[in-house]
Amino acid sequence: MANRKLGRGVAMVGAGMSKFGAFADKASRDLFVEAFQEMRASVDKSFDPNAIENIYIGNYSSDLFEHQGHTAPIMADVIGLTPRPATRVEDACASGGVALRQGIMAIASGLYDVVLVGGVERMTKLPTAEVTDTLGSAGDTLFEIPAGFTFPGFYAAIASAYIHRYGMTPENLMTIAAKNHANGALNPKAQFGVTIRDWMKQRIEAAIKKGKPAPTWQTESDFLHDDSANPMIAYPLRLFDCSPITDGAACVLLVAAERAREFTDTPIHIIGSGQASDVALHDRADLTTLRAARVASQEAYAMAGVTARDIRIAEVHDCFTIAEVIASEDLGFFEPGTGFKMAEDGVTARDGARPINTSGGLKSKGHPVGASGVGQAVEVWKQMRGQAGARQVNRAVPLALTHNVGGTGQTAVVHIYERK
Amino acid sequence: MAQPFTSASFNKFLGEHKLMASRCANCAQTFLPPRAICPNCHGDQMEWIETSGKGKLAAFTSVYVGTTAMNAEGFDRNNPYATGIVELDEGVKISARLVGMDAKNPANIQIGTAMRVEFLDRGEGEAKQTFLAFTPAN
Repeated sequence: MANRKLGRGVAMVGAGMSKFGAFADKASRDLFVEAFQEMRASVDKSFDPNAIENIYIGNYSSDLFEHQGHTAPIMADVIGLTPRPATRVEDACASGGVALRQGIMAIASGLYDVVLVGGVERMTKLPTAEVTDTLGSAGDTLFEIPAGFTFPGFYAAIASAYIHRYGMTPENLMTIAAKNHANGALNPKAQFGVTIRDWMKQRIEAAIKKGKPAPTWQTESDFLHDDSANPMIAYPLRLFDCSPITDGAACVLLVAAERAREFTDTPIHIIGSGQASDVALHDRADLTTLRAARVASQEAYAMAGVTARDIRIAEVHDCFTIAEVIASEDLGFFEPGTGFKMAEDGVTARDGARPINTSGGLKSKGHPVGASGVGQAVEVWKQMRGQAGARQVNRAVPLALTHNVGGTGQTAVVHIYERK
Repeated sequence: MAQPFTSASFNKFLGEHKLMASRCANCAQTFLPPRAICPNCHGDQMEWIETSGKGKLAAFTSVYVGTTAMNAEGFDRNNPYATGIVELDEGVKISARLVGMDAKNPANIQIGTAMRVEFLDRGEGEAKQTFLAFTPAN
C-alpha cells in the first residue's frame, strides 16, 4: 500500500451544524445557512466570509429528495459567495466525508488556502416508501435491488452473516442503540436526543393520557423486544437498529495549516485521509467486514503516522447498529468478531476506554445522508476543543477519527484529526 | 453469435431460465454478474458459461418494509419477503429473492442451507420480466 502524504498541512478552524430533525418548512438551502452561521460563529478570531476561495458540498440526492439538481451553486449563492467555484460531491452516504477529502486535497495541492466544506440533505419531504427507494439506488439497481433489497435489508444480510460466524445475537445490537441514544440525549442538535428509557416512559405517559391501556414494559429490554414499540424492519434489524430519515446540514472551514493562527489559536489539524471503493455486497469474499473501510483507514493511519491504539474517540458510520460493530473492527480498534462484546462491556461508551459516537451517532443524532460525514467532523471539533458541553469526554482528545461509509461499503472515507 | 457482456444479455438469459456467468478466457476466473472486463487480470476475452444453479445460502434477511416494486407484488409488514445472497458451487455469489422459505419466521432460516435456482416470471408479453430466485434444494 502506498504511503501517501499531503502536499502541505491542512487545519480545521471552524465547524457548525444545523439542528438535525424533520422540518417541513426548511429547504436544503435553509439548513445550509443555519450550519454556515454556526460555523462562522465558531471561528475564534475575525473571519470574513470573503476569505473563502472554494466550496465543496456533500449531497447524495437533492434530485430525488427535493427535485433539485445542481445544488452546490445554490449553496454558494445563499451565503453570498458566488462566483467562487462550488462543486457537489456525491458518494451516497459518504458524500460529506468525501467532500471533506476534496477540500483537504484542494488546500494540500497549493491551489487554495481557504476552503468551505458543507454537507446537506433534506429527506423528509419525500414519503417514506420513496425515501426507501431513493436510498436503495445507492445499491446496484440492476443486480441487487430487483432481489428486493432495501438498505436495512443489506445491513440485515450483513448482520446475518456476522451472527452466523461470530455468535452475536440481535440483543447485542440493542446495546449499540442504547449507548448512542444515551449520548444523543446530551446533544441539543440530535433528532432523537432521548434515552431509550425516557422514550419508553414517554410512550407509557402518552398512552395513559389518551386513556389507552398503559404498556407493561419494565425495562428497556422489554420495550426493545416489543413488536409494537420496536417493529421489525428487516430481520434481524428492528426500528431501533436503524438511523432515522433526517433533514440537516453541517459545515467546516479548512485552511492551509500555516495560516491557521489567523483564525484561531486552537486549530484542529487533519493529518490523515484515506478513501476506498468496493464491489457490490454479494461480490465480496467476506460479508462480515467492509474492505473499503479497512483500506481507507490503513491509508489514513499511514498518512498520519499513528495507529488505531492512538485514537482517543471516533465518530463512526452507524447507519445501522451492526455497522458500528463492524466499523469498530474495520478501524482496528477491536479484533474481528469482538466489537459487539466490547460494546457490551462499555468500552465504547462515553466514559469507556474507547468512546464511539459521543454525538449520538447517526442513530440518535440523525442521518441527513450527504451531511453526515461533515457532521462527524463537527463533533470531533467540539470534543477536541473541549466544547461538547454535557457530553464532553472526561479526558484530553489529542487524536480523533471519523469514518463515513457510502452504500454498503462501496465507498468508505476515513479522517484523522490532531490537536497539536 | 456471442451475446455482449451486459445486464441486458444477463436478463435475456434469465428469461430463458438460464443463470449465466462470464468466465475470463485468460485467467479462467468466473464472474457473476457477468463482466466485460476481468477485474482479476483486466483481460477482455470473456465467455459465457451456464452455472449449475446450485449453491448455499451465504446471507439473508426477511424484509418487513420493502421496496415499492415488492410492495406492488403484495408484500407488506404482515407479509414479509425473504431475500439474500447465495454462493454458487462455482464459487461466485449473487443477490436473489428467496422463495419457499419461512419469511415470517426468519429465525428458522439457516445460513449454509443448500439452494437451487428458480426463475420467477412476472408480467406478460413486452412487460415480461424474469427475476432470479433461489429455493431450498431439499
